[in-house]
Amino acid sequence: MAPSKVVLRFPAAIADKPIIFHLVKDYDLMINILKANINPHKEGTMVLDVTGEKAVEGLEFLRRQGVVVQPLTEEIVRNEEQCTHCGACTAICPSGALYMERPSMLVRFDSESCVVCQLCVRACPVRAMEVRI
Amino acid sequence: MSDKTFQEINAKIKSGKAVVVTAEELIQLVAEKGVSRTAKEVDVVTTGTFAPMCSSGAYFNFGHSAPRIKFNRVWLNGVPAYAGLAAVDAFLGATALPEEDPLNKNHPGEFRYGGGHVIEDFAAGKQIRLKAAGYGTDCYPRREIETVVSINDLNEAVLFNPRNAYQNYACAVNTGAKTLYTYMGVLRPHIGNAHYSTSAQISPLLKDPYFRTIGIGTRIFLGGGIGYVAWNGTQHFPGIPSLPEEAPRVPSGGTLAVIGDLKQMSPKWLRGTSMLGYGATLSVGIGVPIPLLNEEVCYYASRTDAELYAPVVDYAEAYPNRRPGNLGFVSYAELKSGRIKIEGKEVPTAPLSSYTRAREICVILKQWISEGKFLLGEPVWLLPGPDAGIAPKTLEIRGPERRNG
Repeated sequence: MAPSKVVLRFPAAIADKPIIFHLVKDYDLMINILKANINPHKEGTMVLDVTGEKAVEGLEFLRRQGVVVQPLTEEIVRNEEQCTHCGACTAICPSGALYMERPSMLVRFDSESCVVCQLCVRACPVRAMEVRI
Repeated sequence: MSDKTFQEINAKIKSGKAVVVTAEELIQLVAEKGVSRTAKEVDVVTTGTFAPMCSSGAYFNFGHSAPRIKFNRVWLNGVPAYAGLAAVDAFLGATALPEEDPLNKNHPGEFRYGGGHVIEDFAAGKQIRLKAAGYGTDCYPRREIETVVSINDLNEAVLFNPRNAYQNYACAVNTGAKTLYTYMGVLRPHIGNAHYSTSAQISPLLKDPYFRTIGIGTRIFLGGGIGYVAWNGTQHFPGIPSLPEEAPRVPSGGTLAVIGDLKQMSPKWLRGTSMLGYGATLSVGIGVPIPLLNEEVCYYASRTDAELYAPVVDYAEAYPNRRPGNLGFVSYAELKSGRIKIEGKEVPTAPLSSYTRAREICVILKQWISEGKFLLGEPVWLLPGPDAGIAPKTLEIRGPERRNG
């Protein structure tokens, strides 16, 4: 049985192709898109709730299309003591969960919008972003 | 109005009568009252910056062991320091990495612990593993040592940064097709983001672009303690180049060499920093007080983000290959808004320099001066400014010169 919540990452080359549609049509799955950030010609991310008998096969289909599929068992937390509010994470966060609040120029983290892509974990210069399982 | 002097301002600081404001407050005051009146009323403006500054380091004297050793090679928490000094002196650079660090073998490397992190750990009072190798001499017979030290065990621990507080810097973008991992952060392909690194309207050297007040002996906030400007920084290019008419005139980049007692400093203001795919470094907090000696100094110190510009530089082609030119200029007001336009495309921006920390430094320094516990250091020599005609030199690849005759 596949985990019902998964994080999908679409490489730029396939971000504009109809893919999710096949999960419904060919694999008879019920899907619920929890978060999505898809733009033509850019890497996209999606958090999906997938249920149905052929869930494993459906996810395997996604992988064959070049989609990176990861179970949503992790969350990102910010270590408030470590963060210096420099802003280095804000223009690379694909979902806008990390952003500069203006005019205070404080870095805010909206964990609701986080898609757990983990880009910030390695890009943060002072290691303030952590993965919690 | 006649110029104020450092001595007059220091006398006012001692008697608690000096008027000290932060750079943000000065901008507000000049907008309300104009330059002339503000220059008369305000004595000192405080500036600040907090950002990664690679040309940073510290030197130490560890005291002598029994029997004695002359360090030939030395490591602090596994990070190599330079031992080519006297027996138990060493200099540790912020970007030094352990020999076993995988570097960029699995690109992009993470560089989780380097010289900058060791300096932060020293400042935090943590215990540091000291390992050194000697070759044995009659006066220094020991050949190796392994022990643990913390900052208060050392005779001297001195932060000495050859290049800090860059006056102005490029706004970095990536015109290429793949993600770049640079000292300017992660740059997304096809100009997917734009990174800049300055506190701009509150940044020390942008507030005194002609070096009318900053020189050797200027007393500063350094890493949470008190430090001094020791010299101009390396790559000190204070020129303000003439540009085509439509381009704004921007300082290209004066710099400071700074020094101070690491024992006074705090890990909040000296942070070990890891730039993905690039290396380890140190984020340094620096604050410089600028005495408002006259209206000219006041005018430049009151310039806002909207009047200060950064060149947009491509880090895919132009920068790595040292090709001149840029993709135009953007004001720091635009950069701070979060979006700029480059070649017609809207691009999200992000700073690498913490504006909130820089602002906090301005406030702390203002407090120190207002309380009379921090006097201005009058420079014994002002740093060269735009009129000095300093031109950057480059490194050319060539064989040894043939001797004439």
